Amino acid sequence: MSTCLLEMKDITKTFPGVKALSNVSFQVAEGEIHCLVGENGAGKSTLMKVLSGVYPHGTYSGDILFDGKIQRFRNIGDSEKAGVAIIYQELALVPEMTVYENILLGHEIRKGLTIDWNETIRKAEEMLRKVGLDINSATQVKDLGVGKQQLVEIAKALSRHVKLLILDEPTAALNEDDCQNLLELMRGLKRGGVTCVLISHKLKEVIQVADKVTVLRDGQTVCTLDARAGEVSEGVLIKHMVGREINDVFPKRFHERSEEVVFEVKGWEAKDLKSGRTVLRDINFTVKKGEIVGFAGLMGSGRTELARSLFGNPDGYRLAGEMLVKGARRSLRHPREAIRAGLAYASEDRKGNGLVLIQDVKQNITLANLRAISSQGVVDANAEVKVANEYRTALNIKTPSVEQVVVNLSGGNQQKVSVAKWLFVKPDVLILDEPTRGIDVGAKYEIYTLMNKLVEEGMSIVMISSELPEVLGMSDRVYVVSSGRIAGELPVAEATQEKIMRMATSF
Amino acid sequence: MIVKDFQKVIRANIREYGMYIALFVIMAIFAMRTEGVFISSRNIANLMNQTGYIAVLAVGMTLVIVIRHIDLSVGFLAGFLGAIAAIAMVNWGWSVYVVIPVVLVLGVGAGLATSFLVAQLGIPSFVATLAGWLIYRGALLLVTLKTGTIIIPDAFFNAIGNGYVPDLLAGLGFFEGVHKLTLLLGLIAIVWFNLGQVRSRRNKLAYDFDVMPMDIFVLKLLFVSAVMACITWVLAGYNGISWTLVIVLAVVAVADFVASKTVLGRHIYAVGGNPEAAELSGISVKKITYVVFASMGFLTALSGILFASRLQSATTTAGTLFEMDAIASAYIGGVSAAGGVGKITGSLVGALVYMSLMNGMNLLGTDISLQYIIRGAVLAVAVIFDVTTRRGGK
Repeated sequence: MSTCLLEMKDITKTFPGVKALSNVSFQVAEGEIHCLVGENGAGKSTLMKVLSGVYPHGTYSGDILFDGKIQRFRNIGDSEKAGVAIIYQELALVPEMTVYENILLGHEIRKGLTIDWNETIRKAEEMLRKVGLDINSATQVKDLGVGKQQLVEIAKALSRHVKLLILDEPTAALNEDDCQNLLELMRGLKRGGVTCVLISHKLKEVIQVADKVTVLRDGQTVCTLDARAGEVSEGVLIKHMVGREINDVFPKRFHERSEEVVFEVKGWEAKDLKSGRTVLRDINFTVKKGEIVGFAGLMGSGRTELARSLFGNPDGYRLAGEMLVKGARRSLRHPREAIRAGLAYASEDRKGNGLVLIQDVKQNITLANLRAISSQGVVDANAEVKVANEYRTALNIKTPSVEQVVVNLSGGNQQKVSVAKWLFVKPDVLILDEPTRGIDVGAKYEIYTLMNKLVEEGMSIVMISSELPEVLGMSDRVYVVSSGRIAGELPVAEATQEKIMRMATSF
Repeated sequence: MIVKDFQKVIRANIREYGMYIALFVIMAIFAMRTEGVFISSRNIANLMNQTGYIAVLAVGMTLVIVIRHIDLSVGFLAGFLGAIAAIAMVNWGWSVYVVIPVVLVLGVGAGLATSFLVAQLGIPSFVATLAGWLIYRGALLLVTLKTGTIIIPDAFFNAIGNGYVPDLLAGLGFFEGVHKLTLLLGLIAIVWFNLGQVRSRRNKLAYDFDVMPMDIFVLKLLFVSAVMACITWVLAGYNGISWTLVIVLAVVAVADFVASKTVLGRHIYAVGGNPEAAELSGISVKKITYVVFASMGFLTALSGILFASRLQSATTTAGTLFEMDAIASAYIGGVSAAGGVGKITGSLVGALVYMSLMNGMNLLGTDISLQYIIRGAVLAVAVIFDVTTRRGGK
């Protein structure tokens, strides 16, 4: 039995109202590749933030033993000094700087008062050789592809005598070749004595490289499996990941569904011109009148990008394919046109781009359809209050008055305001992106009830959700999105958490 | 009871009232130090005219800052457009009735040019308008190169910055030597204000919104009415209402109406509050940027006309530092650099605070070096006050 490099014991971390981790234990032996898997929100990232000192000692309970000592990291600097390096999905490189500057950023090699550039370059190139990256170290990072940038990040970590290298979803943005190179590199580093923790949703990769796999679910350790003992297979992992109990109760709905297709997307493709990446490809789906269509998939699978590209394309992707709203072919160049065509999109990021937080409830509710309560460009203040109060009652928005500033409301009530805004434009197709993220059970139930009422009245709802129980409990049909493609379609009667997860990790 | 209510209302509205209190304190200090000269009819009339060309800019700047931009070019653009007006009248012999609309249109054009850079090409407004600052400064020097200062002989034009509304009621045989039209307008304004406040309160009560307690409400109405009456009386004691004051009040009234009552105004504040949410709500951020910079250009032209008219000439240095005065006024008036927050009326009061400082210190003969330091300190205090009360509010 090899020695234990890292042992996290009984880690519990609570955020206001949520227990993100409860008594999690996690052990990594020296010189192994240890994979950490789990659904979105299972607590993987939180656990790694505890380890790296992003959440400093004292904000969680439990002990971290690293390299034989109990560690009390106060910040990232402390954990780095001890030999822990985390490489996040969003890379932390300075794009305008050269590769060698980036590799030694923050640990510059000095000669007196100035930087010793010759030594810097020599050291940087040594690290580049270690990660097998054959590039000119004077290249600016912004000129490299994502895969190579990732390697530069790893080179940067290696230059700091890292003992434990943590890779958080490193392959999410990589193509197949780059993925294989990265996995090969991990095996190489392991031979060189570096211990790796890999967080990944791609179970095939996990199976390829893992010595051990730990599965987290709902903030708890489910099990640790030994791959060398043949305990790991895709089926086993999925079973452990999704064994989530369906605690939420979903209200029943009773109505005849029509077969009339109100929204159809054919051969949809989107390319991000800035990065040159094809974000979405070969997307085909239909939405019928009075139907709730669930879009399942992992975070970063392209569901939000899909919704935004359909809703007037504010990201400026280059689009191909066609979209039909109520049978009419549409090409929508601005959210304004999308609203007019009968679409509405309630964003998953309420605070970031859903609401104007510094404005009050009524101003937020009427924002997307001020025309309806104004004449000759002048807003009718009385009509506005009336409309806002109607939605406040209908959606049971808990606020002292509609003049309350939205920032002061709870998450659930903010979400209701966001939904109310989109109901007020009276859409035919309402796209709800993570409609219940970060809100409490009571508010969730109210949102579900509201969704049922809306479809019974003939609206169609596209629900993007990362919570499988919610997808299964609310949808009539489910599309699974993976890496910017539709990985499959399931009628809800045939859908199970295992099936969806298998499709979601398929590309 | 009344004291407790009073404290509560003050605390809830400290940010808004702080500015009025500051204005009051500043005026009281200057009134005492100058033995009443500062609040004499003549000086107050003068102060209003001085404030005019900055207040007009501050109104435009408020909207620019609300949508998270800045416009540094307005000072020299105002100077340049004033010079164009002078040249058109003096050298080209154009009629004043043609010159004024043409200059205003040029202002709009300049604003659209700025917004093309900012909205269309995505150049940061600081850089785009810094370029404008340099270009308009050069342009001003260029057009006044041969002549130097251009004297404007046109009586109509010069009345804009120096003239007063004639007293149509002078024939009435009471209050000899007092501008009676001003008194009448003041009275109408007071009645209108009170009616508006009562109506708005009744509306809010009908919807169960929070309103001030009745006693405090009455006190507020009495106080504001008294202040308005005082201002009216003081102005009536000299030449009455100046044309500049009429123009400024009209600009503030229109801008305040647009900002607070119209769809366009809502869109502007939404873009300032959260541009991405606004865009997703179907508002074109680009279009709003165009509209705001174009109105800034219009108001800049107006400011240039007011200033040239006041000096009765176009000078080579006209407009120097106007942009900074306007920005300072807007910040004193409570706009937030984070965007989405700021009232038009606030910026008017901000401009009054700022220009009162200048005017008062000039009366006292304060050295210019000290004047700048004090103005800077007042700006810093105003913004610190704003930031800390905002934080306390959440």
